[in-house]
Amino acid sequence: MPVPLDRDTLLIFLLRLADDHLVLGHRLSEWCGHAPMLEEDLAMPNIALDLIGQARALYDYAAAVEGRGRGEDDFAYLRHERAYLNCLMVERPNGDFAHTMLRQFWFAAFMHPWWQKIEKGSDATLAAIAAKAAKEAAYHIRHAGEWVVRLGDGTQESARRMAAAADVLAPYLDELFEGDEVTGAVAAAGVAPEPASIRPAFDRTVAQVFAEAMLDPPGAAWAQSGGRKGRHTEAMGYLLADLQYMQRAYPGATW
Amino acid sequence: MANNEIPLWEVFIRPRNGLAHRHCGSVHAADEVMALQAARDVYTRRGEGTSIWVVPSAAIVASDPDRKAENFEPAASKVYRHPTFYEVPDEVGHM
Repeated sequence: MPVPLDRDTLLIFLLRLADDHLVLGHRLSEWCGHAPMLEEDLAMPNIALDLIGQARALYDYAAAVEGRGRGEDDFAYLRHERAYLNCLMVERPNGDFAHTMLRQFWFAAFMHPWWQKIEKGSDATLAAIAAKAAKEAAYHIRHAGEWVVRLGDGTQESARRMAAAADVLAPYLDELFEGDEVTGAVAAAGVAPEPASIRPAFDRTVAQVFAEAMLDPPGAAWAQSGGRKGRHTEAMGYLLADLQYMQRAYPGATW
Repeated sequence: MANNEIPLWEVFIRPRNGLAHRHCGSVHAADEVMALQAARDVYTRRGEGTSIWVVPSAAIVASDPDRKAENFEPAASKVYRHPTFYEVPDEVGHM
């Protein structure tokens, strides 16, 4: 029998998911107008819009769960840094195109199998969000994965850059699969399995693409952590300054 | 730089089942897989398609614009090739 889930725990879980998608969507949107080719200049904002759309649906549900009159904009734009619960990988600066594509690939390879499980979970609202998101994440894996292969098994320079990206991002991988009292309660309630249970599926996807890309399997000597508790890297404050500027300068602005 | 090194592909989209694929533009991509992906990202953002074809632009054989006159003008005087040229007797009814 699933164990009932208390409102505060569900809220934290929803905000973690929503913040991952908002922050990564924002990072990806920074490429708009700067992509290496026109085709990617459309593809990356497309994906950013998928991610921000997922974040909106999650914030909207979080607002309903919280029931204190806050809306999606309050969550997205009017919290302080320590209240954001995204994993650290998504807030890291974009780096070069290889770096951005690898981060995108890893994040999608993590979310896709998780969304598929959440889709079958006990929370109907979240399951509906997951059903839509799973299709989008499947495409994100394909899009970014093809680039990982092309760059990893491309020229000497592109291979060097992709390998460098894997080195820089590897310490942020383990945090995706972290479990704590929140993920435990959510799993016990049948809403979403422990992220650690997604690891084998993630590893399979990554191993397949990395083999095709002639890249060494990712590995890190240590793992960064803290995002799920609101402890962020030095990049987060700058990101939020950018993201929140409009709502802070013109409260309640609409268009 | 990218434009000189990355091949061009012509993109054809089928808007609905039962309709033919129609040419809608072109994309740059390193190979056919990336070309399909780019076509999807560039040309189906507003739900335009149910199927995509991509063809290397270099594989398209085009008629010579300088031969437009000899190719196409002779058809202009042959109005009897249009079905509307003929009067159908009333007794035939709908064809």
